[in-house]
Amino acid sequence: MSSPTTYSLPKLPYGYDALEPYISSQIMTLHHTKHHQTYITNLNNALQTHASALKSGDIATQVSLQPAIRFNAGGHINHSLFWQNLCPANSPNAKSSSAPKLTEKIKATWGSEEKFKKAFTEALLGIQGSGWGWLVRYDTGAGGSESGRLGIVTTKDQDPLVGKGEVPVFGVDMWEHAYYLQYQNGKAAYVENIWNVINWKTAEERYLGSKEDVFKALKSKL
Amino acid sequence: MSSTLLRSSALCTALRASAPKASKAGIAGTTFVRGKATLPDLSYDYGALEPAISGKIMELHHKNHHNTYVTSYNNFSEQIAEAKQKNDIAAQIALQPLINFHGGGHINHTLFWENLAPTNQGGGEPPTGALAKAINDSYGSLDALKEKFNTALAGVQGSGWAWLVQDTQTGSIQIKTYANQDPVVGQFRPILGIDAWEHAYYLQYQNRKAEYFKAVWDVVNWKAAEKRFKQ
Ligand SMILES: [Fe+2]
Ligand SMILES: [Fe+2]
Repeated sequence: MSSPTTYSLPKLPYGYDALEPYISSQIMTLHHTKHHQTYITNLNNALQTHASALKSGDIATQVSLQPAIRFNAGGHINHSLFWQNLCPANSPNAKSSSAPKLTEKIKATWGSEEKFKKAFTEALLGIQGSGWGWLVRYDTGAGGSESGRLGIVTTKDQDPLVGKGEVPVFGVDMWEHAYYLQYQNGKAAYVENIWNVINWKTAEERYLGSKEDVFKALKSKL
Repeated sequence: MSSTLLRSSALCTALRASAPKASKAGIAGTTFVRGKATLPDLSYDYGALEPAISGKIMELHHKNHHNTYVTSYNNFSEQIAEAKQKNDIAAQIALQPLINFHGGGHINHTLFWENLAPTNQGGGEPPTGALAKAINDSYGSLDALKEKFNTALAGVQGSGWAWLVQDTQTGSIQIKTYANQDPVVGQFRPILGIDAWEHAYYLQYQNRKAEYFKAVWDVVNWKAAEKRFKQ
């Protein structure tokens, strides 16, 4: 029996200080090298134990490991997607004009980009405790008019967007570690500022691509 | 309505003390009086728990975080009272999670401030009497309890709290974790709680939360825990 895949920390596609002044270099460094790394370390440990339990037919241990696998794999997936859907504010990708098809759909769905941002902001600020907010495309698999519908979803803790036909377009980390050193309890200011560093080019690619494409990009970074 | 919620956590003197301040609110031509939650004062200075918890953390945690729970709780209480007046059941149900979250945040933090104390006011001094006996009977020793408690704290996935609680049916004690601001109500009585939200330690400990969980025992006020414990 082969041993399970070992996951490793993906490189950031920009420097730690590249999102200044909206997200501080200190936050980015800790967030990437400590928080994200810890999810990966704990995921690898849980998968290793799970593999042994599979081998020995220990079903109780296998089941008891599910929450840890879900939480830490979710943390790895979410953060990997998050780094990719951010970019420096002076990059052309930080302009929503880099996502013509997506913004067209956003306007059709919410009326205007401003209205969408307002709805997304409200959703982010309504999260109770730790979690994420995502713009998603619903992928029914059937194609047609339903496929390509957009929505805003919030998830708790590190629940990943898997298994429910939701393709993550971009996400915002609303755990306190994502903003506290710079914004403290002023999370509304963090949310207001994050719009300056959203990578619309990546968002457009995810919107136009398949669910497999989104996670393929993740897999190649593992 | 709000006073019922507050009274159910009757262990907490500060919560009760803040409850009777009545305010008048006229809704749709009807006037009624109700208690408003208020931010309790700390019985020690913000810097008094250093080095275990920094003064900066205590100040933000009390003046900003806790206060936001208080004002939000009052706001949603008012809305739910209004919905009740109008017999709008759907609105009342929709408001329940917000009452639970913000009311829970108020209760939890109020209990938390009380179960902390500076070392020169008894912080870190081990429990005595019936609670000490219950801890030894259930866990073998205080150190063993702390170790289990810290494991529970470390296991909180996301935001939440760990509590030493007493089962109101059996009287026995146990460690339980609660998500977000879920309060210890119903079958269990809160004895001692530790805030495991990142805002409780991040400015000082960042991702090294195990260090916070270790240090916080230096400022735990077991006297407050003893008062909550019922024989
Ligand atoms: Fe994060
Ligand atoms: Fe807190």
